[in-house]
Amino acid sequence: MTGFVRTEDAPTLPAPADLTGPWAAVRKRLFPTPISSVAGILIAALVFWVVWNLIDWAVIRAVWSAPDRELCNAPGAGACWPFAFAKFHQWMYGFFPMEERWRVNVVYILGVLSMAALLIPSVPGKPWSALFFFVVYPIITFVLFVGGMFGLPFVETTQWGGLMVTLVLSVTSMVVSVPLGILLALGRRSTMPIVSLLSTIFIEVVRGVPLVLVLFMAANMFPLFMPPGVNPDKLLIAIVGMALFASAYMAEIIRGGLQAIPKGQYEGAQAVGLSYWKMMGLIIMPQVIKIVIPSIVNHFISLFKDTSLVTVVGILDLLGMVQTGFNDAKWASAQTGNTGYFVLASIYWMFCFGMSRYSQFIERKLATGTKR
Amino acid sequence: MKTFKTLALASVFGLAAAATASAATLDDVKAKGFVQCGVSQGLIGFSNPDDQNNWTGLDVDFCKAVAAAVFGDATKVKFSPLNAKERFTALQSGSIDVLSRNSTWTMSRDTTLGLSFAGVTYYDGQGFMVPTKLGVKSATELNGASVCTQTGTTTELNLADYFKANKMEYKIVAFEKNEEVLKAYQEGRCDVFTTDQSGLYAEVLKFPNPADHMVLPEIISKEPLGPVVRQGDAQWFNIVKWTYYALLNAEELGVTQANVEEMKGSANPEIQRLLGVNVKNPDGTDADNDFGKGIGLGPDWVVNIVKGVGNYGEVFERNLAQLKIARGKNALWNQGGLQYAPPIR
Repeated sequence: MTGFVRTEDAPTLPAPADLTGPWAAVRKRLFPTPISSVAGILIAALVFWVVWNLIDWAVIRAVWSAPDRELCNAPGAGACWPFAFAKFHQWMYGFFPMEERWRVNVVYILGVLSMAALLIPSVPGKPWSALFFFVVYPIITFVLFVGGMFGLPFVETTQWGGLMVTLVLSVTSMVVSVPLGILLALGRRSTMPIVSLLSTIFIEVVRGVPLVLVLFMAANMFPLFMPPGVNPDKLLIAIVGMALFASAYMAEIIRGGLQAIPKGQYEGAQAVGLSYWKMMGLIIMPQVIKIVIPSIVNHFISLFKDTSLVTVVGILDLLGMVQTGFNDAKWASAQTGNTGYFVLASIYWMFCFGMSRYSQFIERKLATGTKR
Repeated sequence: MKTFKTLALASVFGLAAAATASAATLDDVKAKGFVQCGVSQGLIGFSNPDDQNNWTGLDVDFCKAVAAAVFGDATKVKFSPLNAKERFTALQSGSIDVLSRNSTWTMSRDTTLGLSFAGVTYYDGQGFMVPTKLGVKSATELNGASVCTQTGTTTELNLADYFKANKMEYKIVAFEKNEEVLKAYQEGRCDVFTTDQSGLYAEVLKFPNPADHMVLPEIISKEPLGPVVRQGDAQWFNIVKWTYYALLNAEELGVTQANVEEMKGSANPEIQRLLGVNVKNPDGTDADNDFGKGIGLGPDWVVNIVKGVGNYGEVFERNLAQLKIARGKNALWNQGGLQYAPPIR
């Protein structure tokens, strides 16, 4: 009786049938246990139901062409697309004169091109792109939007509206808030008492009041302090208000990043003899910005959506413009509002999703020190 | 110190200059070449931009009429869409010349805000809407009804007063927001929906089945809506007030946008005075037909108004007939309504 000693490897059997093949992955991921199977099926059914209803409303039952509200108001009608087609130009440009709209388009196209040059890493000439985007582009935008020079007719800001106003407000506040926020954050952490005190007071006061209140005060109270006959531009006041508001929040985001940098980094920079601004610019800020990118983008996204608050002071931004359209007797119907809000949501979502994806891309690119 | 003095002096003179400037709104308006008019951001039938960016509506047409009176051109007007909360501040601070934004004329607004209401371009009031299948024809038949309304508004108080005064029972179904009230009414959670009558007509357009609902004829509260100007400029106040009266007188005398030129040759002395024709008698003496003089305008100011926007009836028809709003209280005084204008003479 000798023991069994295996002298050769056991034959390699194929994996059990229920662990291979396309179904195995499905089973493992979607139906691992009875409870999660049921939950999965219910959720899938819910998603299917929602999507199906949406398609039913937006495509199958939708009204695609109509001269006015009558067809849209028929019982069982879905989305009222003719309303969106008729009003779409207002949603994009507001009341900007029809024959001057090429100016807005030029600004949009230049904006997309220069942003692409600035944001896509493989495009060369970054310093020039930055110079163009942060210095030349705002000037071009101002000239084209306002007019009144170089033979362009003057267009009042009361005629601006829709997406144009939303972008002017949000892009200006974003671009202003970063440098101002960095200065305020450095000011707040400064050892100079007056600088530190003033920065702290500014941040705490602005952060301590709601944005709506800032807008109300800017639009309604500010003109009362002015001598009669002096009417500061409402949109300009709103832009300044939003930019200052955004800067206060940005300052706190940056300060959070500054606190995450170990003291050794500061000391190391000082040990090699760098001045304060060189230390900040070359050693500290590059690390801070990397850390706070998710927070900054989070802030930008909420800022982009917060611009809709300007409707309370009578500026017709994208949301305000769409809502104004609901009250056109030519189009008012049961589905008008739904259609408008659907388009509105899609536009906001596209912008915010774009920002979110770009920030994730940059985070991956910059995560050199912590990548596994 | 010297700089400070200069600044102080400059601001004092600046204020003084601005104060005199705002006292003569007509001169200001003529100098800048247009009337700046505050309107609603969007209210069916009263002020709303159409597909081509043109503002339309009753409130908007009134501003056009003022522009026509001043400039002889109804297009010389710019519109500032205003929020309800900022409308009076905008007028006080001078960023607009006239506020025509469905504002209710109340004593407190008229007396404490430094503003003056120039007239009532639309008599609104709280009304009731019921489903047609209920078979109710008058608000007096609403005993025992459940009523949907907004909380914390005068609407709720008016409702209580009306039912109490008529010794009727009712059940209130109140919500915070107008959308919720509408939804509840459409879902049948109450029999009656109540808000301002012009609002009822506007909301029914957005119902999936407008024909199944009807607005009852009764109005249970007073909401006189009209244009507002700053106090202290009698001339501008008169221009706005008489623009409104001119619209009414033109309707009363049958002067329309189409026949105004023809009417200039009318033998009716009332029409002659209205249209400012035959200013001189054949023998060269003054015939006292130039009434524009009294408000700093030319003799043909009414001709310009009617050419620009038509008479009151035409304005009403153009903007509110599409909402199926009847003239009701807004008919002329001699047709059973409240619209009454002092004569031009």
